[in-house]
Amino acid sequence: MSTSEKSGSTAVADPATKPAKPERPAVGPGSRRDGWIRRGPLLPALIFTIIVTQLPFLFTIYYSTQSWNLVNPGSQRFVGFENYVTVFTDSQFRGVALNSIVLTLGSVFIAMVLGLAVALLLNRTFPGRGVVRTLLITPFLITPVAGALIWQTVMFDPTYGLVNFVLGPFGAGTTDWISSFPRTAIVVALVWQWTPFMMLLILAGLGSQPQEVLEAARVDGATGFAVFREVTLPHLRRFIELGIVLGAIYLVNTFDTIYMMTQGGPGTASANLPFYIYQRAFLGFDIGQSAAMGVVTVIATIIVATLALRLIFRSFSAAEEV
Amino acid sequence: MTAVAERTRDESSEVVPRKKSNIGGSLLTVLAWIVGIGFFFPVFWMVLTAFKQERAAYTDPPTLFFTPTLDQFAAVFGGGITPYLLNSLFATVMSTVLVLLLGTPAAFALSLRQVKRTQDVLFFFISTKMLPIVAAIVPIYVVVNFIGALDNVWTLVVLYTAMNLPIAVWMMRSFFLEVPKELLEAASMDGASLWRSLREVVLPIISPGMAATGLICMIFAWNEFFFAVNLTAAQAATVPVYLVGFITSEGLYFASLCAAATVAALPVVIIGWIAQNKLVQGLSFGAVK
Amino acid sequence: MTTGSVPARRRRSAVVGALVGVMAMILSGCAGAGALGLPEGARVVTIAIVSNPQMQDAIALSPRFEAENPDIRLRFVSLSENEARAKITASVATGGSEFDAVMISNYETPQWAENGWLVDLDPLMAATPGYDQDDFTPSIRSALSGSDGHQYSVPFYGESSFLMYRKDLFAEAGLTMPEQPTWEEVAGFANQLTDRDQNRSGICLRGLPGWGEVMAPLDTVINAYGGRWYDEQWNAQLTSPEVREAVQFYVDLIREDGIPGSAQAGFSECGTQFTQGNAAMWYDATVAAGLVENPDESEVVGQVGYAPAPVTAANDRPSGWLYSWALAIPQTTAEKGPEQVDATWKFLSWMTDKPYQQLVGEEMGWTSVPPGARQSTYEIPEYIEASAAYAPQTQQAISEADQENPTLQPVPYTGVQFLAIPEFQDLGTRVSQQLSAAIAGQQTVDEALEQAQNYAVTVGESYQDQEGVNQ
Repeated sequence: MSTSEKSGSTAVADPATKPAKPERPAVGPGSRRDGWIRRGPLLPALIFTIIVTQLPFLFTIYYSTQSWNLVNPGSQRFVGFENYVTVFTDSQFRGVALNSIVLTLGSVFIAMVLGLAVALLLNRTFPGRGVVRTLLITPFLITPVAGALIWQTVMFDPTYGLVNFVLGPFGAGTTDWISSFPRTAIVVALVWQWTPFMMLLILAGLGSQPQEVLEAARVDGATGFAVFREVTLPHLRRFIELGIVLGAIYLVNTFDTIYMMTQGGPGTASANLPFYIYQRAFLGFDIGQSAAMGVVTVIATIIVATLALRLIFRSFSAAEEV
Repeated sequence: MTAVAERTRDESSEVVPRKKSNIGGSLLTVLAWIVGIGFFFPVFWMVLTAFKQERAAYTDPPTLFFTPTLDQFAAVFGGGITPYLLNSLFATVMSTVLVLLLGTPAAFALSLRQVKRTQDVLFFFISTKMLPIVAAIVPIYVVVNFIGALDNVWTLVVLYTAMNLPIAVWMMRSFFLEVPKELLEAASMDGASLWRSLREVVLPIISPGMAATGLICMIFAWNEFFFAVNLTAAQAATVPVYLVGFITSEGLYFASLCAAATVAALPVVIIGWIAQNKLVQGLSFGAVK
Repeated sequence: MTTGSVPARRRRSAVVGALVGVMAMILSGCAGAGALGLPEGARVVTIAIVSNPQMQDAIALSPRFEAENPDIRLRFVSLSENEARAKITASVATGGSEFDAVMISNYETPQWAENGWLVDLDPLMAATPGYDQDDFTPSIRSALSGSDGHQYSVPFYGESSFLMYRKDLFAEAGLTMPEQPTWEEVAGFANQLTDRDQNRSGICLRGLPGWGEVMAPLDTVINAYGGRWYDEQWNAQLTSPEVREAVQFYVDLIREDGIPGSAQAGFSECGTQFTQGNAAMWYDATVAAGLVENPDESEVVGQVGYAPAPVTAANDRPSGWLYSWALAIPQTTAEKGPEQVDATWKFLSWMTDKPYQQLVGEEMGWTSVPPGARQSTYEIPEYIEASAAYAPQTQQAISEADQENPTLQPVPYTGVQFLAIPEFQDLGTRVSQQLSAAIAGQQTVDEALEQAQNYAVTVGESYQDQEGVNQ
């Protein structure tokens, strides 16, 4: 894995301090004390994270083997894997899992493409560039709950919303975007929120482009597009990867936007896994089943995350070589 | 969508040499402004609606010109948003302080020559970000209830710290990696000089990075909704929770809702505007100086 | 390096100062800003309520209670209906102690009383001078009592459902609303009054998922068509001809003559559309009348007539629902000590007693008085005058609603627009999601009902099992 190469490269960059011998000196690099100096500062954060984020999952696993309806006291009993059987035979759960993937990938991809385009548009001096950038990053700063509310009410409202007013001449009339196209409506809100993030990243990437290379390419007579494809895009690659991975990390857990805009509806047409599990737990009060769904989701996430993390590790090892 | 993006790229990279037509340049400037205003427009409309009377917010076609009123803001503050703002502020600042207190040493340790299994630890940190929080909310609720910490702002502080710590460790580590190796290695020679050189040498170098990290943690903490809505009630509820309660199930509410949303979003928007460059620095994990 | 260390040190001292401040907050044991500004020795009572206008009025008036009771400080948690329900249920069921009093309905009260989660209010009411328990509307009082006959929550308001229609539009079109309309007639009217060019829909009906949203009016339609959720042996009946006919009717009516965005329309959205003059009829809760007749919010004041909930030719039993938002005290409050229960009850009795209605009438206007809970409300001259257009219909609808015998054919459950079983929150929500998707046109009514039937069968089987064990 590229990860070990990475740390290797850090050490190799400074070979003088690397002790060649495995034996432990009493003081200095490699000593037992040195090890604790290195490891000690890590422990508080590590222990804190383990306690707060990992222990609850152990409870979740335990609950997933119970049949337990919260509003039906005395109903708690051990049922083994029954909850998992229900989860896997629940067609809604499969639909919702698919939604999760579509919403996440769709939003990340569109936001990245738009973010790239907007960043290129801003990567030149023009009057008011700072103001335009300020305007553009605002959606990322807005509290998602507030952002979702804006979209749900003043933008998408079928009668009083701005979207239908603007699209009225094109025959939108009183289209009810949120119930006719719930997933699209959510993707629009999420893309609106995350495009600025992608743009900022790409803009940072563009700014760090070595000018000499660009100049050299132009002197060689390359066209604008060729320069972009051959020089800029490869340079941006790790910024794009970083944006996709970070965006996906946050977007896969989207809850507030769905909660505020559609409540997962109509039906479960726009519910993603976090929202559906929340509904099972806090509307259905079916603790056992929602826990089982949680466990399934966690396992699926770990598999996907492992793949995604390979990507991020590659980005980072590249970043550290700069 | 892709076609549009393709064209834009093409044009912009053509313009970079800035020798061809100025008309192309002006067009791109206009386009940039249109895009900027387009993205900002929903926010603008929210603020505008916040200054309307409820009746004026429900018109078809929408009204752009009207007599502005502060009634909605008066209602928001009269309706007691202040404790929510204070709770948000407290949870945001405290969790960010805690994140930096816990995250800086961890990032330092992870940036030294390889701590055993550095990558595993980093992997672990970031993987906690990917797990669906919702899967753990019931146990968290039960445990928090058991220790009597429901509706306590400290519960949010602890959870927000855990929520932001992984990203913070990653960001901070990338900033530590920029510190010259000799300084760090010298620092790790023995305990006494470690803290001194950390304080006097390393800290000043990474403090811009810490500020960037802190800023991003603050944005996420201020905007957090899920824990807040499930674990607080009267005393510790934060601004996003206030927004949800603001939707009355009857009557006209667009204008007052927009006023509440404006108040809720304003602090972070302003901080973000002011510290734009820090934002970029933090988000790009120090890849940009 | 040395030149830079001075400002660095100053900065450090600022950080230290901030940390000291924070430590002070820690040591003071501050749990949140909501606890700030408490007078010495005051008792805090936390109440979770649904953010409907009548409750907002109560919050606005609560400083008066605090002035009369300086040793009690009130903290309200005001949430929209779905959120309030989720939060309150989770809290009470897990023994969470965030709330001293909770707002629940006649759905939760009997079940939670059975579970031992609520404080018996009979002794408290008896010990409160002038608190006339017998004044509560009888149908509501019985709906808020446990199987032991004791009352476990006190009604803040009560509601049934009726049909609101625009008299001016009916006159314009030469139509007359019968004294007891049928759904078939209503569909005919809606068809004639829909005018898409003028942005006007014939009728507004809820389509928003949620057992308290679309399921409420739809269940009354199902009842009117002679349908039921279960037969006496807990066999699910959601694919029976009666239910199919009723649901098909409801969905067709919405799709043809409903407001745009019906699948996301709940009480609030329908209220907006109707009061802004965009719908000719609206079938919903009787409390809607207060909104419709409020000149600050409504464009149609004085133009609206009120007819009983529509029935069908086959079944002319009164079909309106019965619902009450009521206040209860969870057992966890009792565990905090009798003083906490007394303080909580003091406020609950204040909010549900007769003088409160006078107070609201005088301060907020007589149309804002919470309706339906007390019979004496309908004896207040000012209220009768202000609400003449709808008060008699409201009172009649509430008193006729019978949650013990809601359906034409016998059923093993009680409840008009809900089933008083713990599984119903979940079942009703899931079924409502399917039906809402049908209203949105994403699936057919038959598909929605097939899926709904599956859910209902699972729940029914668990009751069949239990009864099998009992016999």
